[in-house]
Amino acid sequence: MASLEVTGLTKSFGPTHVLHGIDLAVEDGEMIVIVGASGCGKSTLLRIVAGLETATSGSIRIAGREVAALEPAERDIAMVFQNYALYPHMTVEQNMAYGLRIRGLPKAEIARRVAEAAGLLGIEALLARRPRQLSGGQRQRVAMGRAIVREPKLFLFDEPLSNLDAKLRVQMRAEIRRLQRRLGVTSLFVTHDQTEAMTLGDRLVVMHAGHAAQIATPMEIWARPADTYVAGFIGSPAMNFLAGTLTEGGHAVALKAGPTLRFADGPRTGGEGRPLTIGIRPEHMDLAEGGIPMPLDLVEPLGSETVLHGRLPSGEALVVKLAGPAPDAPSLPVAFPASALHVFDGETGKRLDP
Amino acid sequence: MKRWLSSLGPHLWLLLGVLVFATPIYITLIGSTHDASTIGRGDVPLLPGSHAVENYTAAWVSGGSGRFAVSPASRMLLNSTIMALCIAVGKIVISLLSAYAVVFFRFPGRMIAFWTIFMTLMLPVEVRIIPTYQVIVSMDLFNSMAGLTIPLIASATATLLFRQFFLTIPDEYVEAAKMDGAGPMRFFRDILLPLSVTNIAALFVILFIYGWNQYLWPLLVVNDRSLETIVVGMAKMIGTGEAQNEWNVIMAMAVLSLLPPVAVVIFMQRWFLKGLTETEK
Ligand SMILES: Nc1ncnc2c1ncn2[C@@H]1O[C@H](COP(=O)(O)OP(=O)(O)O)[C@@H](O)[C@H]1O
Ligand SMILES: [Mg+2]
Repeated sequence: MASLEVTGLTKSFGPTHVLHGIDLAVEDGEMIVIVGASGCGKSTLLRIVAGLETATSGSIRIAGREVAALEPAERDIAMVFQNYALYPHMTVEQNMAYGLRIRGLPKAEIARRVAEAAGLLGIEALLARRPRQLSGGQRQRVAMGRAIVREPKLFLFDEPLSNLDAKLRVQMRAEIRRLQRRLGVTSLFVTHDQTEAMTLGDRLVVMHAGHAAQIATPMEIWARPADTYVAGFIGSPAMNFLAGTLTEGGHAVALKAGPTLRFADGPRTGGEGRPLTIGIRPEHMDLAEGGIPMPLDLVEPLGSETVLHGRLPSGEALVVKLAGPAPDAPSLPVAFPASALHVFDGETGKRLDP
Repeated sequence: MKRWLSSLGPHLWLLLGVLVFATPIYITLIGSTHDASTIGRGDVPLLPGSHAVENYTAAWVSGGSGRFAVSPASRMLLNSTIMALCIAVGKIVISLLSAYAVVFFRFPGRMIAFWTIFMTLMLPVEVRIIPTYQVIVSMDLFNSMAGLTIPLIASATATLLFRQFFLTIPDEYVEAAKMDGAGPMRFFRDILLPLSVTNIAALFVILFIYGWNQYLWPLLVVNDRSLETIVVGMAKMIGTGEAQNEWNVIMAMAVLSLLPPVAVVIFMQRWFLKGLTETEK
């Protein structure tokens, strides 16, 4: 168990710059989820921490020790791969024990650790089988077991659940979380799935094109996204964005769609007419008499809730999520509660707080 | 009934194929049980004769008695077996290692090395036989088992095959092994070799037979009777011109020369099956 500090980490593959300076401090026992769209550099970051890839610049410290010069095996890290990477010719037991055998641990100690991990994961009955004879979920468990027996300072997970079917994924997700809490091992978990990220992480790193767009707790990211990318990435259905300009001395926004909305939390800086992007989550929208009429394109009833897709008179698309069924009408009046507005700079997309 | 009829056609074809392949072997087998004069007359007997023991003893112990007598089959079979084993094992070891280097390591000149190896594919033994001969003589390997086998070991076929196979091994295994702390030789021994068992077994059979059937090179580089191989020896027993050949002994020897390759095929077959059922990717 240990802390992890990544400072100023950059990585280029030849002319392609993949990571542009990542700073991240993970505390002892914390579970950090790195989430972002495919190709944004999540795996690269993880692999650099693991030592499978070398950084172009920057430093990585595990438990206060700089690890750049260490081989992967010397970093005291265990990794769970996306395709599990279980050795096909070895039994489950041999797979789990292999790293320990190489380290020259006494046989009795290896047996003890394997038995313990197998018990923890409920795979005692599978120890004599080969990976081919296991289901996806069982392989996943074995891959976890192989990581656990190492008793590492740090767990790394690279999209370990993406090969499982939806139901098993939810189940394994909860199991990984319980296990990580119980073992208290500092962990980095990579995923492109925001639900996975929100449910697993103590804190999230939202990555965007090689930058860490925001590092914060899931609720913080949801409630106060740092920019429009994060705002649009976290939350489902995604946040609505509407164009507008600053007005009334910074106290309100004049939406391109028509109405002027007063900020509930105070004035924003900048001159009259400063371009803004206003974000509002679909679940925070209301239907109200006197709102802007929105013709509906599509109504998705989901049982307990209903998702409405429409287009404002300004041509901007809007999604509204209602608790319960929607009134049966071709067009509904929508209102924007002032307390639910997120204000972003219209050019940079950065969050603007009062 | 209908199914039986529809499978009749294919079966007839297969039967025909079996006949075409088996007839020469059958004739050889029968020929090895008759005396010299029966075959000398030009008869092709189709039923076993009564001279089997005597012919096989002659082949095994003395290697014929006439003008074209060679080393006894016992000696030549041993030579052939050693030669074929050295060639097969040598080729597999060398090509496993070179393919491992080419696929899993980044070093300067890697692709040049690979293409150099690859180019030797286009130069079979026969093409480079004179320079090779000269090298062997100048290295004082003429008339030795080393001279017989080393030039045949160096070739690209197996390297190429292993390279292709290694390229299909997922990077994740390499990375998992790195995380487990396996160094390059450990990875090779503990992971790559076991995964290659099926390929090795198949190649071993092919290369053993390739080595066993070598004719031109052994003929050139060995003239010591005690190093004679069975393929060369058998050919030497067949004289030219009017001379009376001891066909019965030659045929007995031919049958004996079939046995080791057949044994290798049968033995290694168990390994392919084992490999096929136990490994997967
Ligand atoms: N070995 C490599 N050589 C060149 N480019 C690479 C290499 N590995 C990854 N990349 C590039 O780096 C970017 C980030 O990749 P990756 O970290 O795997 O993304 P993610 O895991 O977030 O989907 C991608 O554009 C990918 O093409
Ligand atoms: Mg990835």
